[in-house]
Formats: sequence, structure tokens, C-alpha cells
Amino acid sequence: MVHFYHVSKVYQNGVKALKDVTMHISKGDFLFLVGPSGAGKTTLTKLLLREELPTKGQVIFCGKNVARLKPQEIPLLRRKIGVVFQDFRLLPKKTVYENVAFALEVIGGSGQIIKKRVPEALELVGLADKQKMFPSQLSGGEQQRAGIARAIVNRPLLLITDEPTGNLDPKTSWELIYLLQEINRLGTTIIMATHAWDIVNTLKKRVVALSGGQMVRDEKRGVYGYGG
Amino acid sequence: MAMGVNTLAYYFKETARYLVRNSWLSLAAIGTITVSLLILGVSILLVTNTNKIALDLEQKLEIRVFLKQNLSLSQVEQLEKRINFVSGVARVSFVSKEKALADLRKGLGERKDILAGMKKNPLPDAFQVKMERSEQIAGAAAQISSLPGVEQVLYGQDTVEKLLLVTRWVRIAGIIIIGALILAALFLISSIIRLSVFARRQEISIMKVLGATNWFIRTPFLLEGVTLGFLGSFVAVVILYFSYWSFVQQISTFVPFIPLVADQRLLFNLFGGLVGLGLVIGIAGSFFSVRKYLKV
Repeated sequence: MVHFYHVSKVYQNGVKALKDVTMHISKGDFLFLVGPSGAGKTTLTKLLLREELPTKGQVIFCGKNVARLKPQEIPLLRRKIGVVFQDFRLLPKKTVYENVAFALEVIGGSGQIIKKRVPEALELVGLADKQKMFPSQLSGGEQQRAGIARAIVNRPLLLITDEPTGNLDPKTSWELIYLLQEINRLGTTIIMATHAWDIVNTLKKRVVALSGGQMVRDEKRGVYGYGG
Repeated sequence: MAMGVNTLAYYFKETARYLVRNSWLSLAAIGTITVSLLILGVSILLVTNTNKIALDLEQKLEIRVFLKQNLSLSQVEQLEKRINFVSGVARVSFVSKEKALADLRKGLGERKDILAGMKKNPLPDAFQVKMERSEQIAGAAAQISSLPGVEQVLYGQDTVEKLLLVTRWVRIAGIIIIGALILAALFLISSIIRLSVFARRQEISIMKVLGATNWFIRTPFLLEGVTLGFLGSFVAVVILYFSYWSFVQQISTFVPFIPLVADQRLLFNLFGGLVGLGLVIGIAGSFFSVRKYLKV
């Protein structure tokens, strides 16, 4: 579903974020993206969302070269990809329900679809009873669940999570991982950039390690580490 | 993309939210648009009215050419031909001294006895010359006065020139003031939209990630500008409408011989045009900011 062919990215300020990365992600994968800060994990997700263009090489998503999309096709690409942020990025003046509904509103979803899907998503992440609360009234873990509900309510093919447990305590982190696994079982492909070595080591999923912009490891049932 | 009812509701909700949030600045923008369109409307009314009065005067205006005494009939005919050749002359009509005297009698009415003691008609023969355009009067009068057989040439030069001068100055001053005010309105609107974009930057970045189209992100900002433009021009038109009508009524009561523009259709077009201009200012101001500050 996702293919990176010899992808390099040099930013305008000269920083070489990715060097000749080639990797393939199949539908249904659960992939950990590990590596130190500045290794290129975020750049990889930005290339997928076409927030940045590769300097060299090709990024293919669902059979389409992401760099060659017309401007009006970019929103359609992004609708197939859900994103969960480390800092949640919920809108503080909207309730949990409104935050999740927002994802459907901005793509022109009808009232019927919103009324059906938002409660489903909130049920799945376990926030059905807190839908009328504002983000500030929720714990970190609950806020991240709301973020996940917002990312999956549009039923994306791919879910990118950038250090989703970075701001959470260990117990809450594990609850979140179980939730992501559940979503993965329902058919959504997941890329999770993370520093949480204990989670990676316990789950024994596919691990792609980046270091200094280069892919140093790609193991089917890997453990944490990017030493090469 | 087909626009759902939901999307429309979203647009209006967002627009209203941010107009209220920036209410002071919004009021300033509305006020500026109101003032500039008010001045524009007043100067347009002033120009159309002075033009109408000038036109009215022009139609009454004519050059009176008094002839020397004792010209032969052929000399008079010759002179009429030559006047007809002067450029801009629309019509020449001969007024014999007998007719002039009769007119004078008629004009004097009951006091025509004054003329009773006269043995000889003291009035000269004359031509009444109508021009195509009033600007040509002065030049034509000078030319005619140099023709042989002409004793004297008279016309209402001063009045016409003054009126035309007023019209010209109103036009120039109006253009400068209106230009400056429209620029100010554009600047204010684009500042408001810039603030709106800034206040919503987090939302915008989330919307982009969620796959909102660029137009979906831009539309509330454009609507915000349009709303400001509409409100400003609407207030201007309401003020202009009521004050102009009360002015027209005052004038027609106290100085009824001044012909003011009171054509409903013309005024309707003017007011419609002002509202249209307000909308254009609103769209232009917000479009500028949306393009510059909303990197979508």
C-alpha cells in the first residue's frame, strides 16, 4: 500500500533528513518506526501526507505517486490517512464530540453520517460517556483517545501516530497500545513512530529503524534499537 | 464538491463567530466602508445634480447676436449663413425688431404703457443662436462678434463656466478622497482577516491534515470580508437614502426652480452600485489576506 523508493529529503536549510530510504508497507501492517530524535521519522510522515516533497526518489500511496498529485487531489490523499499527534492537538473550545465531528465536517460529511459515525468512534475508543466534556476536562490518556477517535472517524486506510504515548504514563500508554492494536485488527494499517522501547520489545511487531536519515534495520518481528 | 447543508451551516457559524470575536475591528472596518461609500454617494449625487442643473441652464442658454441698424436683407441672410458655419452651432433663428418689441410688450404685461410714447422701435434685429454643447459658447461668441454687421454679442457665460468648474472640482476631489478611503477600507479588512487567520492557525493546520479542501478552509474568511463589506455599504445606503430624500423635499419646497435628480431608477442604480462596491471591497480585502497569510 505504501512504497518508498530511494527517497531522499534535503530541506532548504541544508539538513539531510532522509538518505536513500526504500521500504514497503502492506495493507494491515502494524509498523514501529524507531530512531533517535532527528532521525527522519517525522519527515517520513510529512512526505506521506505531502506536507513536504521528496528531493529524490518516489513515495507511492495506493498506487499513486504522492509528489505528482494535483493540488486538488492532496485533500483526497489526506482523507485516506489518519494522523494522531503526540500533543493531541484537540481544539480546546470544542467538546470531545465536536472535535471528532470536526473531522467529518471539514470534508463535507452530512449530518446523518456525523450522527452515525462519531458515536461509533467514541464507543470504540471508550469515550462514549465523556463526549460532552471539553479537552481540558480530560486526562492525557483520554485526550489521546479523543485524538484517535478523530483520526479514525473518517475510516482511513492508514493511521500514522507520531509518538502517541510520548506524554502519557506507562499504564495509560499500554491502554492506548491495546486500542491501536484493536484498530489494526479491524483492518487499518498503522505506522507508529515511538521511543517506547518496552512497548516495541513486548509486541514484537515489524520494526523499521532510522538513524541519521538512513534506514538501518527492517525486521518482521523486531525489538527496539537503532544501532544497526 | 457538492456543498451540503451542513457545510453551509458550518460556514455561517464560523463567519459569525469570528466577526463577534474581532468585534471592535469589525466595527472599524464597517465604519470605514460606510464613510467612504457615503462620501462616494454624496459626491455622485452632487455631480449628477450639478450636471443636471448645468444641462438645464445650457438648454436655456443661447447667444444673442444683435445686428447693426440698416442692414439689407441680403446682408442679413449672408450673416445668418456665416453664423451657421461657426462650429458647434445647432440652430440659428432670426428675431426681427418688430417681434422683439412685441415680446417686450408681452413681457411687460400691464406696464406696457411705458412703451406708448415711443415713436420709433429702438430695438435692433437679432439672431438667437443655440449651441450643441455649452463649452463651445465662449468660442463661438467670440467668432460671431467678429463677423461684419454684428453690433453686439451677449450670452450667460459666467454662470455656465462656474457650474462646469464646480462639477470638475467635485469630481477630482471626490476621486482622491474616495480612493484614499477605499484603500483604508481594504487595509482594515485585510488586517481583520489576517487576525482571523492567525487566531485560527491551529484549527487550519488540523483541517489540512484532516483533508479539508483549500476552498473549504478559505471560504469562511472570504465570507467574513463579504459580510463586512455588505454591512458597511448597507449602512451607507440607508443613511444616504433618507438624508437625500429629506434634502430633495426641502429644496422642492423652498427653492422649487432648482431641478434636482429624483429619478427613482437612477437612485436605485446608484444605491445598488454602492452596495456592489462594498461587496467588492470586502472580497478583495479578504482575498488578499487569505492568499498572503493562509498557506494552504
